[in-house]
Amino acid sequence: MSTDAAANGPAVVPAASLIPADAPFPKAAKVALGMPQLRSNLAHATGTIRAKRANVVGELDDWERLRDAAAAIKADVQRRLPELAVEFERNATAAGARVHWARDAREANEIAARIVREAGAEEVVKVKSMATQEIELNEHFEAEGLKAFETDLAELIVQLAEDKPSHILVPAIHYNRDEIRDIFVQKLSRQKMGGDGVATGLTNDPAALAEAARLHLRRRFLSATAAVSGANFAVAETGSLVVVESEGNGRMCLTMPETLVSIVGIEKLLPSFGDLEVFMQLLPRSSTGERMNPYTSVWTGAREGDGPRNVHIVLLDNGRTDVLADEVGRQALSCIRCSACLNVCPVYERTGGHAYGHVYPGPIGAILAPQLEPGRHDDLPYASSLCGACYEVCPVKIDIPEVLVHLRQQGPHPAGERAAMGAARAVMARPRLWRTALRAARFGSAPWRRKGFMRRLPWPVSKTALSKWTASRDLPVPPQEHFRDWWKERER
Amino acid sequence: MSTGRGRGDEGTAGTSAREAILARMRRALEGAGEAPAAPREYRRALDPGTDAVALLVDRLEDYKANVHFGIESIPGALGEAARVVVPADLPGEWRLGAAEFIPDDGLSTEDLDGMDAVLTGCAAAVAVSGTIMLDAGAGQGRRAITLVPDHHVVALRRDRIVGHLAEALPMLDPVRPQTWISGPSATSDIELQRVEGVHGPRRLDVVILD
Repeated sequence: MSTDAAANGPAVVPAASLIPADAPFPKAAKVALGMPQLRSNLAHATGTIRAKRANVVGELDDWERLRDAAAAIKADVQRRLPELAVEFERNATAAGARVHWARDAREANEIAARIVREAGAEEVVKVKSMATQEIELNEHFEAEGLKAFETDLAELIVQLAEDKPSHILVPAIHYNRDEIRDIFVQKLSRQKMGGDGVATGLTNDPAALAEAARLHLRRRFLSATAAVSGANFAVAETGSLVVVESEGNGRMCLTMPETLVSIVGIEKLLPSFGDLEVFMQLLPRSSTGERMNPYTSVWTGAREGDGPRNVHIVLLDNGRTDVLADEVGRQALSCIRCSACLNVCPVYERTGGHAYGHVYPGPIGAILAPQLEPGRHDDLPYASSLCGACYEVCPVKIDIPEVLVHLRQQGPHPAGERAAMGAARAVMARPRLWRTALRAARFGSAPWRRKGFMRRLPWPVSKTALSKWTASRDLPVPPQEHFRDWWKERER
Repeated sequence: MSTGRGRGDEGTAGTSAREAILARMRRALEGAGEAPAAPREYRRALDPGTDAVALLVDRLEDYKANVHFGIESIPGALGEAARVVVPADLPGEWRLGAAEFIPDDGLSTEDLDGMDAVLTGCAAAVAVSGTIMLDAGAGQGRRAITLVPDHHVVALRRDRIVGHLAEALPMLDPVRPQTWISGPSATSDIELQRVEGVHGPRRLDVVILD
């Protein structure tokens, strides 16, 4: 086969190879901001989804009442987590599922790998799942000699590009159709997928790209013996799991193989089946901006002659009980992974997901990552302007700005900031000193008066830690007359 | 064995993972108190006088599903399909037209892959979201038969159509496998534009019966 580079298009460089995942957010964000194609792709995609969401949310005149219900149900779930988890386990077990518990990623991965191996399988098909990304199941499987094939289109794109996901819902949001075409042509045409080679004549038409994915995966679906999934909801009352998807890859994974392992975060529990009437209105409209996603699968244990015979469920903690212990922070466990907050965030829209250095990016990531992995993402609560757009769109009313501020207060503060705040406290506590300081500021800022703001603090202040503050912000020039002086004058 | 680490659910190790997580939950919630009851003041039904059938048709067509009326339109909905798999208990009067109707008596995946279409009933339909719900009840069959063939024709009795999800859920058996279908298979993964047709049936026809 000729692999003419011109015919195959330029090689797509995975964004994750350019944006350092382990770097602090400000550094990684700077790299991302310097990638014009990435920024243009993100702006286009988030703009599209914002408009779609606003459209379908506007159709429901009871949207706020649905949000209120969802927030309250989730708060109740958190308060009753131990009892609901046990209820779920009992009902799922009675229906023929095997329920496992995993304290951390390692335990969950080991349980999943053991089940797959005991099923005699060497590879699994996977439904897109944030929980399995969080525990790095694919990497663990690879190290154990097992193969995990992503089947969601966006996950497939990311896996083929040897990249990392950059969005909760649309992991390949940072690629446009041309880049996706190039990835497919380069990676799929080299693989012998049951004779279904993807022609190098592939166009960038999304329908043609979807068709290529169908051809690529169909044999694998129909012959798979084991699958791994997550779940959007786990219903305690019935022991049922719910998976929400679009393409049918989820249905394939949940229906065709003999063995199914679902990794489910403990926060996914809902008390009753009827609660879906709230969440299944909120989730599709908030995530893909559709009235309803094309496919939702609900299953309860194993059913003779219909779907997998060996049904396993792994209830995953992996830091969630630590989040639960924080009275303010625990609301992050209400998240239903819709990603509406990413799409409206002015920071996410410009940097994309890789800069966050965690599987949960954007505003929800900025409050989840530092709580799930304490000490590792202390800079993420600062990756926000606190504009509050995330709270406005959150279908379960997580007050993300409140948690951001809470985490900032808890996290470490740089020496410069501590010194500045200490000095401010000392000066403000002494009226005479404060008055003198105001006069000095007014006098010192005189040269910038006409401009109205200072881009950089002047020397000698520029040599102190305070100048860091103006490195990324403009400082308004102190007014000519202060309130105190004005008041005194008026009294006279 | 008293080591609390390791092998998941086997023996004492697994029990301890379970007990450890439950204990951590309880500790995290010390002094948390009860949450107030959830307010459920959202809509549960359409406004009186709203035509649920018309709304459903509008939603289905928006998803690029085809809608037909009356039992006699079943052959048209099946189109060119020559081999049509049906649940073994599908009502006989629905098996109309020239197609060969093949009852699912445990057909293999290969057999299913060779079918042109599948014809089933359904448990409920939600007008507001354009959702057809299957719950493995009478005339619906197992999940694989509505998944592998590329064309799904659903016969929907008018009395199964409701306005809101809240009305439909009580019509389903929660512990049987369910599939909620809102249009043909689709993806929004490329630039967030909805494109019909990936792994599930690429063609969805709904026949509304009186």
